[in-house]
Amino acid sequence: MKKIEAIIRPERITFVREALEKVGYSGLMITEIQGHGKQKGATQQWRGEKYKVEFLPKTKLEIVVKDSEAEKIIKSIVEAGRTGDIGDGKIFVYNIEDAIRIRTNERGESVL
Amino acid sequence: MFTKLFGKLLITVMLVSLLIPAVVLAEDIIPKTDPGGSATGTAIDVPAAKIGEPTMGELANAVGHNRVAINMVWVLITGFLVMFMQAGFAMVETGMTRAKNVAHTMAMNFMIYPLGMLGFYVCGFALMFGGMGAIGTMGGFAGLNQEFTINLFGKSFGLFGTKGFFLTGVYDVAVFALFLFQMVFMDTTATIPTGSMAERWKYASFFIYGIFVGTIIYPVYGNWVWGGGWLSQLGRNFALGHGHVDFAGSSVVHLTGGVIAFIGAWILGPRIGKYNRDGSPNAIPGHNIPMAIIGTFILAFGWFGFNPGSTLAGTDLRISVVAVNTMLASATGAVMSTLWMWFVRGKKPDPSMMCNGMLAGLVAITAPCAFVNSASACIIGLISGVLVVEAAFFVERKLKIDDPVGAIAVHGCNGAWGCLALGLFADGTYGDGWNGVAGTVRGLFYGDASQLFAQCVGVISNIAYVGLLSFVVFKLIDKMVGNRADARAELDGLDVPEMGVPGYVGVKLDKAAETPLSR
Repeated sequence: MKKIEAIIRPERITFVREALEKVGYSGLMITEIQGHGKQKGATQQWRGEKYKVEFLPKTKLEIVVKDSEAEKIIKSIVEAGRTGDIGDGKIFVYNIEDAIRIRTNERGESVL
Repeated sequence: MFTKLFGKLLITVMLVSLLIPAVVLAEDIIPKTDPGGSATGTAIDVPAAKIGEPTMGELANAVGHNRVAINMVWVLITGFLVMFMQAGFAMVETGMTRAKNVAHTMAMNFMIYPLGMLGFYVCGFALMFGGMGAIGTMGGFAGLNQEFTINLFGKSFGLFGTKGFFLTGVYDVAVFALFLFQMVFMDTTATIPTGSMAERWKYASFFIYGIFVGTIIYPVYGNWVWGGGWLSQLGRNFALGHGHVDFAGSSVVHLTGGVIAFIGAWILGPRIGKYNRDGSPNAIPGHNIPMAIIGTFILAFGWFGFNPGSTLAGTDLRISVVAVNTMLASATGAVMSTLWMWFVRGKKPDPSMMCNGMLAGLVAITAPCAFVNSASACIIGLISGVLVVEAAFFVERKLKIDDPVGAIAVHGCNGAWGCLALGLFADGTYGDGWNGVAGTVRGLFYGDASQLFAQCVGVISNIAYVGLLSFVVFKLIDKMVGNRADARAELDGLDVPEMGVPGYVGVKLDKAAETPLSR
């Protein structure tokens, strides 16, 4: 099993979800987060005075899938989340040791 | 099932009952209706001993009564519009400041209305208008007849009125109408400093200020210009045009407010995080631009009471010129400030400066609105649009005075500009006999340089008097309760420490991000 953790633009989440719907998935989690990458925030302007917004709003999407499905999920997130500009975000992939369905105490890939 | 049936029944009853008059009741049952409106209001409506046949005297009385009635209704309704400007100020100032201070900023804008009003009732009105003489447009009641004067160089200088404290001795319809109209003007002045001093002013200090502004700071200068005081006499005494002329209050209302705002913000010092050690300013963005823009529109709407109402007469048909000049200057002010920010001083058409620009145009046209033509009104607004941006930068970057909403630039700088603009652009088509000087009001460009000189005297004496008195008042209040809110309260937001309740209950605020770091 793999956990795919994608940090994406908040305004792309509806597109990403729709793309995932097409390839099929069992469930996902979303968290609204703040942060910055290499560019360290963005510059805005108020009454002629520039100021830096240190942390930008992003959406963190987490989805756990079978090993065999990981690549196509990653591909669809990249395609639907990309604008081509700086700040499109990143995807991190983790190995998952086990999964348990609380209702039935079932374990392993069949939980997904 | 039952409710559905009941609903259908209700609809049927409603439709049937609406159709009854059309079908059952014929129009001729009711005697003599006038759906067109042209037959209503005839000789019968003139109060007369013999109904329908008024004598010449009765007719003349009716005409006079109607004239005063039109004027008084005009004064009251425009006064109501000006009262609503309090809501505009509250929204502009709160929108341009931070979410953690909304209850405090709103509560200042709210309480200044009752506080200022009561002060004006107790003694402000008497000091300002106690010696103004007859209110010509509203019936000629001459009870406001006591002015304290001093004699210098063989001329008398009116300093303040002494009749009408608590509105006693002047129990007259004209005086009450004047009180309402002038009270809301005073409150406009009073609420201007709450903008420049926002987000750090201790509420107790503000409360005491609210009493001072309506009782003494505003009314005395107001007397000099509008109550028959020495600035209005400059024309008669020293042949300076028509004396200091200020149609609706560029100096009396806005410059006064701007000067208090300047002194107050200077004494309070900048908000925490506003300036770095090298003196460079940090931006502290406002939390709600839609609120600021709606507030600006409310103010622009209220200004149709402010300027045209200042004729004190609905029968003075110059009101159309006044209203059009007012809207034109607001337009050129807004467009110019936007373009100036967009292409000269910055890279974006800054929304908060758009608001400031429209208000700057309105402030600047307030004094000259009745005396200039439409082209001049546009030019006055255009210049105010540039002035407001440059003045805001000058105050923030050179003087290092922190004015969160631009009140000093809008009301102070453009209040002064409006007065001078009258001395330049007044075209001589209006104001015959103004301040007891024969002939119409003319500015420098139309042949009367002395009018410009009188305007300068008016502006300088405003800055000197209001500046000095408000300095003394703020220092006095500082000794009593302290002007500046506690630093910890300021960082936390003044809502809970000062007012006891957050303005946005149940909303998570990013307070740390709202205050920049002084580096």
